[in-house]
Amino acid sequence: MSFLLVQALSGLATAATLFLVSSGLTIVFGVTRIVNFAHGSFYMVGAYAGWSLIERFGATPAGFWGSVAAAALAMGVLGAAMEIGLLRRLYRSPELFQLLGTFGVVLVVQDLTAWAWGPEDLLGRRAPGLKGSIDILDQPFPLYDLVLIGLGPLVLGLLWLLFNRTRWGTLVRAATQDREMTSALGVDPARLFTGVLFLGCALAGLGGALQVPREAVTLQMDMAIVVEAFVVVVVGGMGSLTGAFLASLLIGQLQAFGILVFPQITLVIVFLFMAVVLVLRPHGLLGRAEEVPPTAPAAVTVPLSAGRHAGLWALALLAVLAAAPLAVGDYALILLTEVVILALFAASLHLLIGLGGLVSFGHAAWFGLGAYGSALLVKHLGAPMPLALAGAPVLAGLGALVAGWFCVRRSGLYFAMLTLAFAQIVWSVAFQWYAVTGGDNGILGVWPSGWAAGKAAYYWLTLALCGGALGLLRRAAFAPFGYALRAGRDSGLRAESVGIDVRRFQWMAFVLAGSAAGLAGGLYAFAKGSVFPTLLAVPQSVDALVMVLMGGLQTVAGPLAGAAVFHLLESEVMSLTDWWRLVLGLIVVALVLVFPKGIVGFLSGLRSSFNGRRA
Amino acid sequence: MSELVVRDLQRSFGGVQAVGGVSFTLRAGDLLALIGPNGAGKSTCFNLLNGQLRPDSGSVRLDGTELVGLPPRRIWALGVGRTFQITATFASMTVAENVQMVLLSRARRLFGLWRPAAAQFREPALALLERVGMAAQADRPCGVLAYGDVKRVELAMALASEPTVLLMDEPTAGMAPAERLALMALTAELVRERGLAVLFTEHDMDAVFGHATRVLVLDRGRLIAEGPPDRVRADPRVQSVYLGGEA
Repeated sequence: MSFLLVQALSGLATAATLFLVSSGLTIVFGVTRIVNFAHGSFYMVGAYAGWSLIERFGATPAGFWGSVAAAALAMGVLGAAMEIGLLRRLYRSPELFQLLGTFGVVLVVQDLTAWAWGPEDLLGRRAPGLKGSIDILDQPFPLYDLVLIGLGPLVLGLLWLLFNRTRWGTLVRAATQDREMTSALGVDPARLFTGVLFLGCALAGLGGALQVPREAVTLQMDMAIVVEAFVVVVVGGMGSLTGAFLASLLIGQLQAFGILVFPQITLVIVFLFMAVVLVLRPHGLLGRAEEVPPTAPAAVTVPLSAGRHAGLWALALLAVLAAAPLAVGDYALILLTEVVILALFAASLHLLIGLGGLVSFGHAAWFGLGAYGSALLVKHLGAPMPLALAGAPVLAGLGALVAGWFCVRRSGLYFAMLTLAFAQIVWSVAFQWYAVTGGDNGILGVWPSGWAAGKAAYYWLTLALCGGALGLLRRAAFAPFGYALRAGRDSGLRAESVGIDVRRFQWMAFVLAGSAAGLAGGLYAFAKGSVFPTLLAVPQSVDALVMVLMGGLQTVAGPLAGAAVFHLLESEVMSLTDWWRLVLGLIVVALVLVFPKGIVGFLSGLRSSFNGRRA
Repeated sequence: MSELVVRDLQRSFGGVQAVGGVSFTLRAGDLLALIGPNGAGKSTCFNLLNGQLRPDSGSVRLDGTELVGLPPRRIWALGVGRTFQITATFASMTVAENVQMVLLSRARRLFGLWRPAAAQFREPALALLERVGMAAQADRPCGVLAYGDVKRVELAMALASEPTVLLMDEPTAGMAPAERLALMALTAELVRERGLAVLFTEHDMDAVFGHATRVLVLDRGRLIAEGPPDRVRADPRVQSVYLGGEA
């Protein structure tokens, strides 16, 4: 009994931190309608900054709490700076660009943090005066956690006062409900938004600094917390503070007790909980229908162009690629093999985004599932390579079949969040199920059969399989199936009213894209000889998005070019410097700043200004 | 010959009754106008008929088959076509491809993964576009058409499924006067030629009284008049609704 009570209390302490962070996220979302991926970065840097300050001044209670407050304020200032420098330009962009732009900040911050504080985990000092524990029904419980438990409701109360008893808060609430109206009333939205970012990021920083006495400060804190905060915000209802509080409590308890029952899959429980909530209550526990983010301002749609003589160009390219082993060395062949695999990965994502308008933020799940499928078949069943390769798209397709059923029920941002959640589920299984997947150590020794072991032979195999799959995807894009997908994207209402079951097509596309990505993953596993959980992680999904964006959304050939440019750039930069994430982050931020309306929008803008000049 | 029987349709939004007990019958050969001042419940009524909204009570039967509770695509499959108030076409496709999509959908060929869509049903699509006067623009992207032209493409798309009942929500909104008359004349022709049953809402009184065979007048969610155009026009209650003042 007392054990359960202590477990519940520690769940409450977790909930307090979760609430601090997710309240900031939900406030920022409510007003700006941007899901800020970088929110976790403010939490992480808040923890690092807090650690440095506490080391220096934290010997006394005043110094300790002063350090925590200073770290929080510093994060608020950084958040305001991000609003002015980046977010302000993205308010009218498609969701994909908002998510990507803030993810670019995540990458940059990761490398800068590693540069400033080093890669080692940092252990902070305990809070002065709160070092001990007290006995609750004969079970010891840390005093500091008790303080945290009290802090959650306290912050909720303060925020409530701020939003209901001050003029500024009233304006923020007004802006949450109707942005246009607020600016029509003479409120400067720019200043309001900067203030909101300050508040939101300060809350994240506060959450981070408060963690210093509880756990080690690491470079992995940002992604871990932001994904959990996403879950809290989505479960609670996007933009709802009370919802975030309620969801934090529920998820805190879920984690506290989940770890007792299923220690291997605690993360899975949390994400499954979210998926179930979303299916039962589509707008979250306390969300309202009006709070659904509006779909991106009608993306400029351009007819998908086949290009003249596309078939001939494709054959010529294939011939050149097939002849490559005669001309280039082993290193170039390895690189080319990877490019071809990534081209299939990117093209499979393009099927969802370019045709279906479905922005998946977790496409790596299917790539990784294919890779793990192959590796597990080899490792545990001793399957030969052809069988293992065949298993990759099947396993990934089955995974996408299950996840897709949930995901296509929602659109826009919720779709992105759901795909992210499923990718995290798959990732956490690979990461936590040590006995089967080897956890962090991955699975080694996944080598091709003898006949395909040579670099050239494996390259040809890859080229044949990926080329075939790409050809199929392309046929599908121009067949009625691809048109039906586009019909659903162009006008769901019209599509339904001429008998097109939009969801079913989206589901099918999800499965098709998933199996194609799975095949790419399987090939990747044998090309590398090993698989690791990073194949399933968020950065891998973002890589695919960047490839698709670099190539442009409006052509079927785009992802191929995007994959080639991206991978060659990546290998070049990585051979020169350790700061690849920094470079990639800057590229991503630059990409969304230069093309805030998407590349297609940019091109049509160019065209109309060109026509305007001519007229 | 089809018959759409609407009985006692009701729908409220948060305590406000948008449609309160509407009943009427739509028969083949009818060109039935549904009119009323802004906020009378015309659009709600429409959305109840085509399955986009669910009524709180009441029934909509097509030749005896209950439509209430069916999703829009099932209602479409049973032969109820529609056009939208705010035009909704597939902007990334050409005019012909828009119509081809409907033909493919009707033939249940949408799941094809191999044969290019643009090559299928092109001839019948062109014939339909010819009928609405859009054949010359068949290969232009739908996203760049003039508003009135999009309305005509919508009509071709609605006809492509060979409906027996056609619901047209403000078919001439945003069109120039000459275009309005042409579109209404075309619609009247189609009603005669194909034995269609058409229900349309409209703000333009010339369009209503020039072409409708019967008129329904809706005010605050209730039908206040029904009958041939001349009689409805003379009805004092209708005049008071439109001109204000007491009945």
